[in-house]
Amino acid sequence: MEYKDYYKRLGVSRDASQDEIKRAYRKLARKYHPDVSKEENAEAQFKEVQEAYEVLKDPERREAYDQLGQNWREGQQFRQPPGRDQGGFDFRGGFTGGDAGAFSDFFESLFGGGFRAAGGAGGSRQPRGQDQFARIDISLEDAYSGATRQITLENPEVDAQGQVQVKRRSLNVRIPAGMKQGQQIRLAGQGAMGGDLYLEANIQPHRWFHLDGRDVSLTVPIAPWEAALGAKVAVPTLDGEVSATIPAGAQSGQRLRLKGRGLPGKPAAGDQYLILKIVTPAADTDAAKQLYRQMAETLAFDPRAGAWS
Amino acid sequence: MTENFIIEGSLIDRDTLYTLHELCRSSGVHAEVIVEMVEVGLLEPQGRDPAEWRFPSYALARIQSTLRLRRDLEVNLEGAALALELMDEVRRLRARVAMLERQLEAL
Repeated sequence: MEYKDYYKRLGVSRDASQDEIKRAYRKLARKYHPDVSKEENAEAQFKEVQEAYEVLKDPERREAYDQLGQNWREGQQFRQPPGRDQGGFDFRGGFTGGDAGAFSDFFESLFGGGFRAAGGAGGSRQPRGQDQFARIDISLEDAYSGATRQITLENPEVDAQGQVQVKRRSLNVRIPAGMKQGQQIRLAGQGAMGGDLYLEANIQPHRWFHLDGRDVSLTVPIAPWEAALGAKVAVPTLDGEVSATIPAGAQSGQRLRLKGRGLPGKPAAGDQYLILKIVTPAADTDAAKQLYRQMAETLAFDPRAGAWS
Repeated sequence: MTENFIIEGSLIDRDTLYTLHELCRSSGVHAEVIVEMVEVGLLEPQGRDPAEWRFPSYALARIQSTLRLRRDLEVNLEGAALALELMDEVRRLRARVAMLERQLEAL
């Protein structure tokens, strides 16, 4: 396992006071808290910060950690110094609770294991019989058509000796068609110790469709003559290709609506919007240059007429 | 251990409404705490008094967020309410910026 530099993680020196540690933690907790953070990997970062604080806020644990010495570097291969049993310190219990779970192997080897919490998919440790929450990543296509997905949950269970053990469990879950971003499904009785399991859909960004509620939008490049004269162009929808009519006189940035082509749902399915983008051909041949010159002479067009008046 | 059957869940619809009792059961939170959350405006149920209250489905996620913020950042309910309201606004603005950027890109 890898050594973790908890001081570095909180950005404090090894001789920082407990107050300094607390201040550093609070600042980082606000920065990375998954409910308010805009940082990437906020959830993972937040866990790292929490783990560091879990150790450094407690003078006893901090001392045990300091005893490892100063020569370790972040990420260095680590094993217990001789003469110390695995989990020799009895630090069980007294954790901050809730999402404190899923701390690193490094943490668990120092302070005792058995506290890895539920929810490989971002869930949280829950007391007996309570509901469990997890986030599930689904593609936009799956949100549109529905899908069956296997999810793995880690549930803490108390065994006959009174120890908390992690039990892994896989479920095949039907994702209904038309799930929106952030929408939840409830799986009755599938939570920790008999509670319900809630899965929140996290729809992954799509290569070319953008999702807004139930509506999807798509940027459609068109030629100047398609914009000017109107055209029928083939465009992808979540249900396959359709032929869309570009009206004559279309402009860049204009939006066309394909009714009912967004995510299905009640009372009405979403729509698909086509955002038109006029692309001009390169004038890289004599013939092309000639055509542009001819347009310039014939059309007497001033694109900036009235633009700044 | 893999169970080889497929579990059908019930989709929590925007239109699904919860009573105070159901919300307590689902969230594992005492009614008093939910009443407090209503008082600071974190939750806005329809209906006049607690017995008639009906909560929208996103109330559940809101309660979870509030509890996490309170526990991890040691803010009180008013502080959590302020943070969540600002986050809602940030999300709205970000969505709008993303939409306008896409439209700009097309110009």
